[in-house]
Amino acid sequence: MEKEQGSDRRKFILDMARGVGIAALGGFVWSAFIDEAKASQLLLRPPGALKENDFLRTCIKCGLCVEACPYDTLMLARPGDHRPLGTPFFLPRDVPCYMCPDIPCVPVCPSGALDKKSVSTEGHLNIKSAQMGLAVVDQESCIAFWGIQCDACYRACPILGEAITIEYSKNERTGKHAFMVPIVHSGACTGCGLCEHACVTQKASIHILPREVAMGKAGNHYIKGWDKKDEKRLENAKEIKTTTEISKKSAVDSLNSGMKDLY
Amino acid sequence: MAKLWNNYRYLILRRIVQISLLVLYFGGNAWGWKILRGDLSASKMFNMIPMSDPYAVLQMLAAGAVISADLLLGAAIATLFYMLIGGRAFCSWVCPINMVTDAASYARRVLQIDNIKGTRQPASRNIRYWVLILSLVVSAIMGLAAFEFISPISMVVRGLVFGLGFGWAAVVVIFLFDLLVLKNGWCGHVCPLGGFYSLIGKFSFIRVHHNEANCTACMKCKVVCPESQVLYMVGKESLPVLSGECTNCARCIEVCDDDALGFSIKSLIKK
Repeated sequence: MEKEQGSDRRKFILDMARGVGIAALGGFVWSAFIDEAKASQLLLRPPGALKENDFLRTCIKCGLCVEACPYDTLMLARPGDHRPLGTPFFLPRDVPCYMCPDIPCVPVCPSGALDKKSVSTEGHLNIKSAQMGLAVVDQESCIAFWGIQCDACYRACPILGEAITIEYSKNERTGKHAFMVPIVHSGACTGCGLCEHACVTQKASIHILPREVAMGKAGNHYIKGWDKKDEKRLENAKEIKTTTEISKKSAVDSLNSGMKDLY
Repeated sequence: MAKLWNNYRYLILRRIVQISLLVLYFGGNAWGWKILRGDLSASKMFNMIPMSDPYAVLQMLAAGAVISADLLLGAAIATLFYMLIGGRAFCSWVCPINMVTDAASYARRVLQIDNIKGTRQPASRNIRYWVLILSLVVSAIMGLAAFEFISPISMVVRGLVFGLGFGWAAVVVIFLFDLLVLKNGWCGHVCPLGGFYSLIGKFSFIRVHHNEANCTACMKCKVVCPESQVLYMVGKESLPVLSGECTNCARCIEVCDDDALGFSIKSLIKK
């Protein structure tokens, strides 16, 4: 009798260990798959979308934004699309966002993954405050940079004159023509993609990238001395002591020492 | 004809419910119908009443998402609804994968796969509860609703409403798994959503009752039942089916020729 009890205990422990093993294996494969799928971040979300990580955990994948879009711009990622499954995105070269003033896709979101506040100014929906992405121009393939007159993107831009402006400069090659090149301004561009949709080159020479991908960051240590507002950041600044001492040697010595003290 | 109705009435009703829900969702997307919009993860009825998958909301909670009032209310409505009519009524009356796995188990019976000597069921039906726990752990670690991310149920419903892509592969895989690997494998062993609704269904009022006096122990009910362990009392005792794992699919009721099984409301007072 006692022996049987002992083997019961052994079996129980073995079963538990086996369960833990299988769960660990399953959890590992599961997490690895999710990690891979999450990594495809070169995609454009509907207006008002939270930051990508928060968006992925908040979106419940109901597709109400897709149904609300009158232009069939938005799609839900299907298996095989190589995008986080079931989440909404758009491809501006195919169908751009036409920037409806009432932004029908945002208020229908039940989960808050599309945040009304982030596309509102003073309590009113304002599609111009959307930040879906940022247009980037490839100066090598954009024919305006070759000196050919084309302002397709400029004309297509719904915030024409603010998000895209045309800059003139002399075309030295011909000596009598002007370059009229499109310049995108990140402060105004919403990333709607109408420019990418309108671009006349075989593959769009102006295209929308997620803002995190397209934009650099100067960092806090640069201050625009000519900008009164930016200057204000200096008001509470404290002196920072650097860890390396400034060399007491004469600069001439350093120049004459070969490259020795550089290495 | 009367016999056909008598033997398949619930099955026909279930298929009608399952398919019309999909049609309503599809119409909501394709033709702007307002009856039901969204999909099984979250939807709006008549542009008013929110409904959302409580298990998906639970995963989002584990993932650290801020849950909106709409989703909370929707999850509460769905939870209450399924608590009343039987948690896994979702599985047999709503979920479209049920049609796939029912077809697989029908094919198993036609091909007499279970009669082949040496076949056994090597897996426990409790796997689903472990997958349920695991899904919450993975959600917490990865920061997103883990099962929602791979769920063939959501994949297929979304696919039928918004465009399928490779979603059909999920259907094929589940059919083959149920047909060849494990009887009632997906719905009865693996699916954590079924596990979740099993837990909710413990409180359900609508129950199948067994009347032992009429029973001839033909065991037809156990053959068709996708969760045959819940019918342990058949031919032994007059008892209601109290396990939350019962899907209230009512196949047992309609295959019974002896009127030994039927729906009734659970009495609140225990005798």
